[in-house]
Amino acid sequence: MYMWRKVAMTTAFAALAGTTAMANCGIDTGRVSIVGNEFPAIQTVAAAAAACGSDAAEVKSNLTADHQKINLAGMLGDPAEYTTAIIANSSIIALMNDDVIRPLDDLIAAHGADIPAKQLISINGKVMAVAFMANAQTLAYRADVLKEIGVEPPKSYEEMLAAAEMIREKGIMENPIGGAYAAGWNLAEEFVNMYIGTGGEFFTPGTAEVSINNEKGVAALEMMKSLTAYMNPDYLTHDSNGTQAEWEAGNVALMSMWGSRMGNLMDTEGSEPVVYENTMVGGPLMVGDSGVPATTLWWDGWTVAKNVSDEDATATFLAMKEATSPAILNDTTMAEAVWMIDGYTPAPVSAGVFAAIAAGSQPYPMLPFMGLLHTAAGDNIADFLQGKESAEQALADIEAAYTAAATENGFLQ
Amino acid sequence: MKHKTFFWFVLPSTLAMLLFIFLPLVSIIVQSMFVAHDQVIVSVENCGPFGCTQSIMVDQEATEALKSGHPFGQFAGADIFLDRGHLAIAEVGQAWDGSQTWREFGAQMLNLPFYKAMSFTLTFTFVVTPLVILFGFAIAVAVNSAVKVVRGPLIFFSLLPMMITPLVGALILFWMVDARGIVGTALISLSGDPSLSVKASTPLMWIMLIVYGVWHSAPFAFIVYYAGLQTVNSDTLEAAQIDGASRAQRIRYVVVPHLLPLTTFIALMQLMDNFRVFEPIVSFAASAHATSLSWAIYNDLGGETRQLSSAAATSVLTVVCIIILLTPVLIRTWRDFGRK
Repeated sequence: MYMWRKVAMTTAFAALAGTTAMANCGIDTGRVSIVGNEFPAIQTVAAAAAACGSDAAEVKSNLTADHQKINLAGMLGDPAEYTTAIIANSSIIALMNDDVIRPLDDLIAAHGADIPAKQLISINGKVMAVAFMANAQTLAYRADVLKEIGVEPPKSYEEMLAAAEMIREKGIMENPIGGAYAAGWNLAEEFVNMYIGTGGEFFTPGTAEVSINNEKGVAALEMMKSLTAYMNPDYLTHDSNGTQAEWEAGNVALMSMWGSRMGNLMDTEGSEPVVYENTMVGGPLMVGDSGVPATTLWWDGWTVAKNVSDEDATATFLAMKEATSPAILNDTTMAEAVWMIDGYTPAPVSAGVFAAIAAGSQPYPMLPFMGLLHTAAGDNIADFLQGKESAEQALADIEAAYTAAATENGFLQ
Repeated sequence: MKHKTFFWFVLPSTLAMLLFIFLPLVSIIVQSMFVAHDQVIVSVENCGPFGCTQSIMVDQEATEALKSGHPFGQFAGADIFLDRGHLAIAEVGQAWDGSQTWREFGAQMLNLPFYKAMSFTLTFTFVVTPLVILFGFAIAVAVNSAVKVVRGPLIFFSLLPMMITPLVGALILFWMVDARGIVGTALISLSGDPSLSVKASTPLMWIMLIVYGVWHSAPFAFIVYYAGLQTVNSDTLEAAQIDGASRAQRIRYVVVPHLLPLTTFIALMQLMDNFRVFEPIVSFAASAHATSLSWAIYNDLGGETRQLSSAAATSVLTVVCIIILLTPVLIRTWRDFGRK
């Protein structure tokens, strides 16, 4: 039902746009079917693609937070249900592993010479996706609270802990640190960030052998545990939405948060003026002395399905190219994301992501077996944070769970 | 009934059972015995907006060559069932050899995902099922003895928890027990401990899930018992009353034996339902404290890389566990049936 509502909405939008713009984006025939995550920036892209639709070329989209559960299944068929999936650098892996997306080089040569090179994602020399926005977790802080304790915005997690202690001592807030520490994907993402920040490597280079049970892994977990001492005791149930609610309720003064969510924190909805007026965005946080920020860089981009006709692939390419072109940028859409599209002018809300790129942050590892490690980490860190087991045991559990999963999936023999 | 009539009579349900029960069972059993082909991996250079990195990818052509002719994958027999994600035979052996006390052994077992899930699933099943039967019976007797005019509204309100979508019901409770919710705040002020939080404590979370389970399922037992109460022979009840039996004695010696077959039915349904506890774990975001076999299947399939074989193996184990769980009840039903 949800999908139908979306389709109806995009169709309505197409009808609306058709009367004003009559954009057909050069598509005379073919079928475009988009699957992707659901947040404002992607809705903008899908709506712009829908505007390319006509009687001869159908453009529809299915945007849902559960897109990862359906995109692979919807692209395995021949012809594929979805002609394009909007994915990120972690989720393109599942599509690559099952070989359901096609290289775009020929389409770029024929129709996409004007796509800037910085947007092209190439894997083994072949362009597999076109990125249109960037994301990263960086510091969000309450300027008024930091002023009250007379501290500069922290540059590292160690400074964050010190500031949190001062805030608690002064009785300003009981649990001044926030974070998306919900058991599962979110918690694993925090570990990935922290472990990269300690300078750790997840795998023995060139293989699928996991290697996180080392002092860097322990340091990452210990830092996470230190942070949780200053968090709302329910932190294991707080995903990004829950963490945003804590922030907007004025209970939190410091946290590492997604760049794509900073806009929600700084807008006037959901919180008191004292909160949103004082919400500031900082750069990525460091941990220890590795010199690598404890965050990962993400891009969101689009792909073209392999199991579709050339006609549909061309139509999809043209629609998605149009939908991520400078033409979609206006006053409203500008604030929705850190666009990687030419003509984007950075706003204060996106300062964090740019700072993360400038500070040499690493992209989230694009490895075929990273998803398995991510799942294993998400299931096995909570026991350590709750004091039920040692950091070494938690790391050993992650390694064992990963190894079992990687063996079942043919990555380890 | 003639054989031919019987055949046509059961054909639709037989077909449905084949399609929706037998074929999926075959599918998960086959799937659980195969693992993916060895993935041929190659080093590659990936470039994107954040620069180029040395990485690894699956060599599709080489992997495709391995896959061709063997669509199921590699035969693994019982390997998946025995690995760490499931029965973890090797790990259990190590835990047994390496631990001095039962307590130590138990702690190590609970560190393995299957046994962790089983510990909660079984606790949940065996606490919730009897409580549902008791509460359902109590509500049914209470409603049945209420004045006729209020019975309708009473039945309606008693059934409410069952009418509410499980996910929504659980979410409502989830917000109520939040440290800033109505129940959470009450708990804090009662205990005088400001750091007390249901969502942060494993025992409290288990209690919460069990309370939710009873709340959600009691109406089912209630409505079955209430229907059963309408068929209690009033002559027998009156006779007992004349013989001087108190209300409690009448319930104990007349009503309860009369409702026994219904109790077997409710126990059967509830054991099955409670064993596959899932929604509350998701809506309470309780996976850090409590997991179940159904949750493990969901978790295997929800990651960025789907673990189909692992999920299939867990499904087979769930089916086996439910068969074991139901055997005593089924034997009982069979005997009752045979007696008549």
